[in-house]
Amino acid sequence: MAVITISPDQITKKKRKGPKGHAVDLTALKEIQTLLADESRQNDLLIEHLHKIQDQYQHISSKHLVALAHEMKLSPAEVYEVASFYHHFDVIKEGQTAPPALTVRVCESLSCAMNGSDALITALENGLNKDEVRVQKVPCVGRCQHAPVAVVGQNPIDEATPKAVITAVERKEITASVTDYISHDNYLNDSGYQTLEGVLSGTIETESIIKKMEDSGLRGLGGAGFPAGRKWRIVSSFDGPRLMAVNIDEGEPGTFKDRHYLESDPHRFLEGMMIAALCVGCDEIYIYLRDEYAGCREILSTEIANLENSALAKKYKLPPMHLRRGAGAYICGEESAMVESIEGKRGMPRLRPPFLAEVGLFGRPTLEHNMESVYWVRDIVEKGPEWFTSFGRHERKGLRSFSISGRVNKPGVHLAPAGTTMRELIEEFCDGMQEGHEFYGYFPGGASGGILPESMADIPMDFDTLNEHGCFIGSAAVVVFSKNDSVKELAINAMKFFEEESCGQCTPCRVGTAKAATLMEEDQWDTDLLEELSSVMVDASICGLGQAAPNPLRCAIKYFPEEIK
Amino acid sequence: MAANPDTLNTPMINFTLDGEDVSAFADETILQTAKRHDKEIPHLCYTEGLRADGNCRACVVEIDGERTLAPSCCRMPTEGMNVQANSERAVKSQKMVLELLKSDQPEQVGSPYKLDSELDQWVKKLEIGEPRFASRVQPEADLSHPAIAVNMDACIQCTRCLRACREEQMNDVIGFANRGAHAEIVFDIADPMAASSCVACGECVQACPTGALMPANNVGLETADKTVNSTCPYCGVGCLIKYHVKDDKILYTEGRDGDTNKFRLCVKGRYGFNYIHNPLRLTKPLIRREGVAKTTELLDPNDLESVFREATWDEALDFAAGGLKKIRDEKGRKALAGLGSAKGSNEEAYLFQKLVRTGFGSNNVDHCTRLCHASSVVALLECLGSGAVSNPVEDVKLAEVVIIIGSNPTVNHPVGATFMKNATTTGTKIILIDPNRTAIAKYASHHLAFRPDTDVAMLNGIMHAILEEGLQNDDYIAQYTEDFEFMKEHLKDYSPEKVAPICGIDADTLREVARLYATSKGSMILWGMGVSQHIHGTDNARCLIALALMTGQIGRRGTGLHPLRGQNNVQGASDVGLIPMVYPDYAPVEHFENQAKFEKLWGVALDPKRGLTTVEMIHAILDKEIFGMFVEGENPAMSDPNQNHVREAFSKLEHFVVQDIFLTETAGFADVILPASAFYEKTGTFSNTDRRVQMGRKAVNPPGDAKQDLWVLQEIANRLGCDWSYSGPEDVFNEMRQAMPSLAGMTWDRLESEDSLTYPLENEGDPGEQVIFTDGFPTDSGRGKFVPASYIHADEMPDDEYPTIFITGRQLEHWHTGSMTRHSPTLDAIEPDPVVTIHPEDLQKMGVEAGEIVTIESRRGKISAYARADIGIQKGSLFMAFCYNEASANLITNEALDPSAKIPEFKFCAVKVSAGGEIAVRIN
Repeated sequence: MAVITISPDQITKKKRKGPKGHAVDLTALKEIQTLLADESRQNDLLIEHLHKIQDQYQHISSKHLVALAHEMKLSPAEVYEVASFYHHFDVIKEGQTAPPALTVRVCESLSCAMNGSDALITALENGLNKDEVRVQKVPCVGRCQHAPVAVVGQNPIDEATPKAVITAVERKEITASVTDYISHDNYLNDSGYQTLEGVLSGTIETESIIKKMEDSGLRGLGGAGFPAGRKWRIVSSFDGPRLMAVNIDEGEPGTFKDRHYLESDPHRFLEGMMIAALCVGCDEIYIYLRDEYAGCREILSTEIANLENSALAKKYKLPPMHLRRGAGAYICGEESAMVESIEGKRGMPRLRPPFLAEVGLFGRPTLEHNMESVYWVRDIVEKGPEWFTSFGRHERKGLRSFSISGRVNKPGVHLAPAGTTMRELIEEFCDGMQEGHEFYGYFPGGASGGILPESMADIPMDFDTLNEHGCFIGSAAVVVFSKNDSVKELAINAMKFFEEESCGQCTPCRVGTAKAATLMEEDQWDTDLLEELSSVMVDASICGLGQAAPNPLRCAIKYFPEEIK
Repeated sequence: MAANPDTLNTPMINFTLDGEDVSAFADETILQTAKRHDKEIPHLCYTEGLRADGNCRACVVEIDGERTLAPSCCRMPTEGMNVQANSERAVKSQKMVLELLKSDQPEQVGSPYKLDSELDQWVKKLEIGEPRFASRVQPEADLSHPAIAVNMDACIQCTRCLRACREEQMNDVIGFANRGAHAEIVFDIADPMAASSCVACGECVQACPTGALMPANNVGLETADKTVNSTCPYCGVGCLIKYHVKDDKILYTEGRDGDTNKFRLCVKGRYGFNYIHNPLRLTKPLIRREGVAKTTELLDPNDLESVFREATWDEALDFAAGGLKKIRDEKGRKALAGLGSAKGSNEEAYLFQKLVRTGFGSNNVDHCTRLCHASSVVALLECLGSGAVSNPVEDVKLAEVVIIIGSNPTVNHPVGATFMKNATTTGTKIILIDPNRTAIAKYASHHLAFRPDTDVAMLNGIMHAILEEGLQNDDYIAQYTEDFEFMKEHLKDYSPEKVAPICGIDADTLREVARLYATSKGSMILWGMGVSQHIHGTDNARCLIALALMTGQIGRRGTGLHPLRGQNNVQGASDVGLIPMVYPDYAPVEHFENQAKFEKLWGVALDPKRGLTTVEMIHAILDKEIFGMFVEGENPAMSDPNQNHVREAFSKLEHFVVQDIFLTETAGFADVILPASAFYEKTGTFSNTDRRVQMGRKAVNPPGDAKQDLWVLQEIANRLGCDWSYSGPEDVFNEMRQAMPSLAGMTWDRLESEDSLTYPLENEGDPGEQVIFTDGFPTDSGRGKFVPASYIHADEMPDDEYPTIFITGRQLEHWHTGSMTRHSPTLDAIEPDPVVTIHPEDLQKMGVEAGEIVTIESRRGKISAYARADIGIQKGSLFMAFCYNEASANLITNEALDPSAKIPEFKFCAVKVSAGGEIAVRIN
């Protein structure tokens, strides 16, 4: 908090100059008007407009904030509370110093922590000029297979060393590079958009698609695992207009599958998304992309435009697509928080009921999906649900894209049958543990999915299978650690992550995560108190963040007693 | 909250709560149902009157079949639901929430700022011991604001203050910034409160459960001796307030659930009461020392002793009445005049006009409505037969379209404005018509920033558009109006294209507004001084009335005409006849039947001719027609236009009696000053803008030898031969009922028990009519009349020598001439200096920085003030409040009068502005 104190004399002088509060600076107003040009000033574009300012000036001065508020007919408080919620906005008040133009963001989440992020941060803080470069510790940037990662401006440095980062800084290599992906033309040439065209022309009945989705058993791949087909039925049962919101906020530490698919085959996702929207009857589509994925943003802007200008779009009316940027808040991966963010507000989850299917974006019934969930629509429709259910191990069905990182030889996205065990993943897909690392335990579902020991690495990994053990698969963000790592440290890392990312709305999470992190820093954990606090966080938090935050902590106590005692 | 009676007919929902069968109304939450069954579930972020938010989680309950616990404050029960608030699991979470919050309270103990912190109460009830968690790092206190203390170490992030600010008052100052454990309540951009846009309405203070927001100076830790239910002395909204009194001083206030305010207050009502405790209060009668001549200069209270001496009441009253009597008897009845108060009670105002009419013997009685809504009232009487509002302010929520023209409600009717803003959240459109962009523009769908002075052209243009598109209500016109053809013909000359260059609003917008207003299911017009204070103010109002008549947007809920009355009792003062042209209830004095009625009621012969209005009185003094005046609770030496003229006149009065609570600028010219009672020191009825007569009750005693106005008036009257023996306000009220058909059915007892009654209330037991004109109008024909207005410009237009337009008005913190508010240390601290508001580009052109001094000069006078930059002000114009005696705006203003209403043109005169100058010395 920075309540900049003000002397009575200063207040008196201020009152003579203008009405209460911040006066609109005419120069700043003109700059904002130029920046926003003809774009709508509607409230939900607040975060987009804040990005414009941050991108242009590398911070948001209070003058610009006030001018923006004036342009958008909002009060300064309404703009400030949104800007201050998101870590990618630097609000700088009069008298404060703006950060340097360049920021190097160093990830300190699980896999990067295991791979020396602390040392990297220290080296960079010492090796870079504070006046020219700001070194910032940030949560998971979604490149865990390349840990440790430092992002220079928008340019991610994989397997970062201090030297590599400093070199990139010196060379001003600050833009994201774009991967080689299947272009629109190539996608078309490989039978792309034929299914979509079928739906648009009416030759494929939407009912048949919904049935296929139901039969496939596909469940939401963002983590909540709600059956996709059933969701389509539920949303379409409510009166229109309906909207669709696609969640690419991929922020769970250890997850990077969405990025993987966007960087390789974006149109498969766009086609699946369109088919879903048409089957459910959604009038517009909002795609929410985490701001850390600058490379993906370029891909999506380009390919959305290509789709909008395609022959298909000229022939048929496609629902308009809106690409929206996140701004550095993991909680916006929670579906209702994401919806709040698309509405231009703080990403604070809503109370349920009512659920998004009934009252969602802008109060309309909303079809909300993780990106990967609609990525598979084309395959399920074209190859049939039986194709999807033909996969599976240990009596589980379907496919999972496991994001695997940590102490394995081949981290990365591994598409494997649902139900594959951890041990199978390590041995068959990841080429075993790294040299010198003995398998000790794993996070089956990111920071929120809990922690399991090596002795429990033979449990099939799928929805529902891990719950009785106090864990869940979530988005299949798997982080593997070894005897060289400390479960206690990893559990603390996870709790601190939740403490940082809590939206702050409800007591059990806002206060609970902070108090838990403090208690976990003690040499000797007060396990009774931590358990009491954990059970309340699980029972009484508004959303999944608070409800899941105790999982690593509880698992550490339960499964790693020798380390914790 | 009480269940909505509308849902009483829908079936109840039966469910189980802790094993007991309970039933909920259709709109009740689990928590509300529990409360109704006397079951307590802890809760903090929920409070009646605010939207439930469900964030603190202290109220969580277990519901069968649900994975997690549910917030009972937000959850509606379903049939057959099994709820447990007392289960081990539920109580565990309730207690942990309280413990977590307690661990972050000051000293981990509780709130040191409030005696009854809700968190402390629940902690006690649920027996929460010493917290087992380390405390957060506590934020610093923000004691920057004179009225409100901010101690965020007691904050529990429940956001009740945020909802109070953003959803009730909609002042939009409070935000919830940052994230997680850093999430905090902020003002603007995390500014100290005193530097923020906070208007100190105190809604957040009233909402805060833990005392993180409290009235300043720890008054909340003191226990009152008594509480008194009363109303507010400031504006025409007439909020109901509860005063907490200790040792004969008002400690603090609380909003009551009045029909007009619903617990809300503004900074003046909430924190601006302490002017009555200012040591400058007049406590003894004062008589001008022999031989001390009057000057035109204002008298500084520091120099009081050299000009006035103390006297006993007998001496002062004898001298006051004696001097008036002498002039009456020697120079004639018309040589006297009286100005009564729009701030005093109805009873006081009634006696004052009776004193002038029966004691002085003429109709030379007036009050500040002359300077305010005189033109609106004249037009309303002329066209509709009744000068009061047709619908109450609260009808805005029932209207689809609300035109706010020439009014700045967030400044002058702040609590009323909150309801206007609220209405926009349920679909009501506000169309703001004001040359300046004021705060309420944020919520307006349209803001017509027209050229000052061009109302008639613009409104005629809008009406022309209505007729052009056939959007008038023919049935209504045929049934309830007269002279429409005349109006129709007149409007032919005022096409939108023709008026657009005059008023500065393009024709398309004029048409759009016309359509919206005419075709909506209910359109309402609210207006203020921007309409009335012109030499064509009556014409302006005639146009507004015609708009309503032409479209039938009157006579139903959510429609109508509402001139927002300024003073807390200007409606009442007008109603009881403090007006030279009419007796109580607007009975024209020059109609023989009326004269006869009042001669009978009062037992005295009355003057058959109408009397002089305020500004005319000033001229009459200078023309040696008036020699003696009695001014009670008014400050014409600050409020009248062309002050040099006014002060000259006052200095020439032979005998000047002033009755007031402070040595006002006017009192300095007196021959005798009588110390009177302030609002909180008297009991009486006060009529607000909605025609609600409300009971004001005495909370504290007047200081020193100051006396009740009612007593003083009677003493003077009797010394003039009136022979009055009123025992108190009730006695006077009962006579008022005989004089005024509109109040005939109201009883003092009923007012005592109900606090607020609306008139017309003609027969005892009537509910009181909120909406009038439901079936025609109280005119001779029963119809509303169209009176066409032709566009004329202001009396004094800008020219090369005086190129800038000067507009006067008011400020939130200061009431009118400042006699009350500048004596309130709190309000004075919030707005201490004289300022004039100018557009920053105009300042730039002058080479002046905001905050520097500028000098404003007209043909009549010159003042200097600090230049405040505000981009909401129309370029080429200035705006200034008339409350600063060191920079009295009325030294500059023009006294040209509207011919029908005699209201001066405060809202437009020509000035020149220059950099530099010196601000005069402030007196008192």
